[in-house]
Amino acid sequence: MKVIKSLQLAVVAIAASCITLSASAQENTLLGAGSTFVYPLFSKIFAEYSQKHDVKVNYQSIGSGGGILQLTNKTVDFGGSDAPLNADQSKKIGVPVLHIPMASGAVVVTYNVPGVGALKLTGKDLADIYLGKITKWNSGEIAATNKGVKLPDMPIVVIHRSDGSGTSFIFTDYLTKVNPEWASKVGKASAVNWPTGLGGKGNEGVAGLVKQTPGAIGYNELAYAIQNKMEYADVQNKAGKFIKPTLETTTASSNVELPANAEVSLTNTDNPKGYPITSFTWALIYKDQKYGDRSAARAKMLLDLLWYNIHDGQKNCAPLNYAPLSKSALKVAEKILKSATYDGKAIL
Amino acid sequence: MKNKRLDLSYSQMKWETIFKQILKIMSVLILVLVAGILITLIVESMPSIKSLGIKFLWGKVWDPVQNIYGAYPFLVGTLLTSFIALIISIPFSYAISIYLGEYNPKGWLSNLLKNTIELIAAVPSIIYGFWGLFVLVPLIRTFEMKIGVAPYGIGVFTSSLVLAVMIIPYAASLGISLIRMVPSPLKEGAYALGATHFEVIRSVIMPYTRSGLFAGVLLSLGRALGETMAVTMLIGNTSAVANTIKDAIFGPGNTMASVIANEFTEADHTVYLSALIELGLVLFFVTVIINLIGKRIITKFTNY
Repeated sequence: MKVIKSLQLAVVAIAASCITLSASAQENTLLGAGSTFVYPLFSKIFAEYSQKHDVKVNYQSIGSGGGILQLTNKTVDFGGSDAPLNADQSKKIGVPVLHIPMASGAVVVTYNVPGVGALKLTGKDLADIYLGKITKWNSGEIAATNKGVKLPDMPIVVIHRSDGSGTSFIFTDYLTKVNPEWASKVGKASAVNWPTGLGGKGNEGVAGLVKQTPGAIGYNELAYAIQNKMEYADVQNKAGKFIKPTLETTTASSNVELPANAEVSLTNTDNPKGYPITSFTWALIYKDQKYGDRSAARAKMLLDLLWYNIHDGQKNCAPLNYAPLSKSALKVAEKILKSATYDGKAIL
Repeated sequence: MKNKRLDLSYSQMKWETIFKQILKIMSVLILVLVAGILITLIVESMPSIKSLGIKFLWGKVWDPVQNIYGAYPFLVGTLLTSFIALIISIPFSYAISIYLGEYNPKGWLSNLLKNTIELIAAVPSIIYGFWGLFVLVPLIRTFEMKIGVAPYGIGVFTSSLVLAVMIIPYAASLGISLIRMVPSPLKEGAYALGATHFEVIRSVIMPYTRSGLFAGVLLSLGRALGETMAVTMLIGNTSAVANTIKDAIFGPGNTMASVIANEFTEADHTVYLSALIELGLVLFFVTVIINLIGKRIITKFTNY
């Protein structure tokens, strides 16, 4: 009997807590879900924002694809994504979705070659390595761009992400642009059919394999590579310069003429100062904020939050190793936010 | 006059029926649950079945960009890792069962060993993954350099080794209990006839517990087939099909469970997602088929 009673109590307690939770979730809590890449930045900005305003933000870092799915199902106020919606996803959503750039990030080529402290790579060679065509570190192509570096006679161990991820999307998007053979054989996606190499799960999986395996080459988010003190290569950009990936060169990559909707791939940037493997990370919201039983106040609350993100929130980028928005990116982002409507009327 | 004893027995009878019904409902609920999982898997994998057909099973290419999906590399990877792990684990689990069941069934050492083995099953699989990645992989790499295969360190063999450690407790703890349950008159009879310890094990205990021990092995195989996290971290996750047997065992591979775990969250178009779910369906059937075969073998060997 005692057991049954305590069970009853537990059920009541759980039910009660569910009710109170859902009640508090409605009023001043905004819900978001998506990109894991942007999560540290978002949680810092949102914590700061909720101290100043009476708004809580609950952001779940479940991955870009999951965030888009939740936005499609209208269970969240905004999604976070490292890639713009693809054709299939926009078709499923059916209504216009705004892509607001929040920050940019770079993908760096990490390596572990004994005795090599600096490495320069062209995009074409990088793709050939990942195609399995360049297999030795001392091959002619790599030696040609690294004069004066003593490259060992060692097989290249290619490491890629095994899980679907925005990082892989940015990386394969770049390879697709710079190497026609990659474009026709493999293409770009968050998970592709890798012609060669080993897969590691997550940033930590790739980093773990690269650090352990002599002769390995991999790719990681810039922030992750900095925090874990990994060696990463300078990559040649469109202007022919070898660029060291830093926050400045990442921001520079988006300081170009941008399309009005900001749904643009930044890889292989035209800016001669920009690092070529970069991308925006976007917040996704419905263009018309009146759907379901959404109130105008809630829509305003959401847009205020995102407005804060692209202005005051940007100062949190650099300490967390994100590249802040460039001038031209900020201009576009402001315009996009202003284009959001509630029942046809502008909100901001 | 009212008979109080009869009243009581009515309520007892009532409780008896209620209790029986509860048991029945609980069992049927499990059946409904399994059927529900199967139906969900089939319904959700319809788009992929429609667009790829039966080719899905032996297609060798897994290309989310071109929307071509073939389960063959992962099917092979799953079976290969599980069976290699099983082969490695059987000598250990049998030896442990016999030692703790027959040679040393009581005392602190026996208890300590038994608890330690059960603890192996309680360690979360991600811990095995990390241990494998940071401790086992460098060792395997040195070993692979010595035998002259590509020294990746990670791959099918490494994940099988870790899997073997993970599944030992399942077969072993069942085996220990079974061997301890062998009726002592049987054993004493054999000893009385002058049999040695080893002969008793071979001719009395083994025949008596054979089907039970096999059931334990089957249980551990089921665990190996579905294990995800540790394998994902160690197998190398490549969908390329190996050309030689050496490459298939020591080279990188992939399993169905780890592909699902890796790609499910970011599967961004309908057929892709559905192909992953169909992979789950295939895994479901593989498990069912292997279990059925196991059951057949058990009934065949149980002749008394």
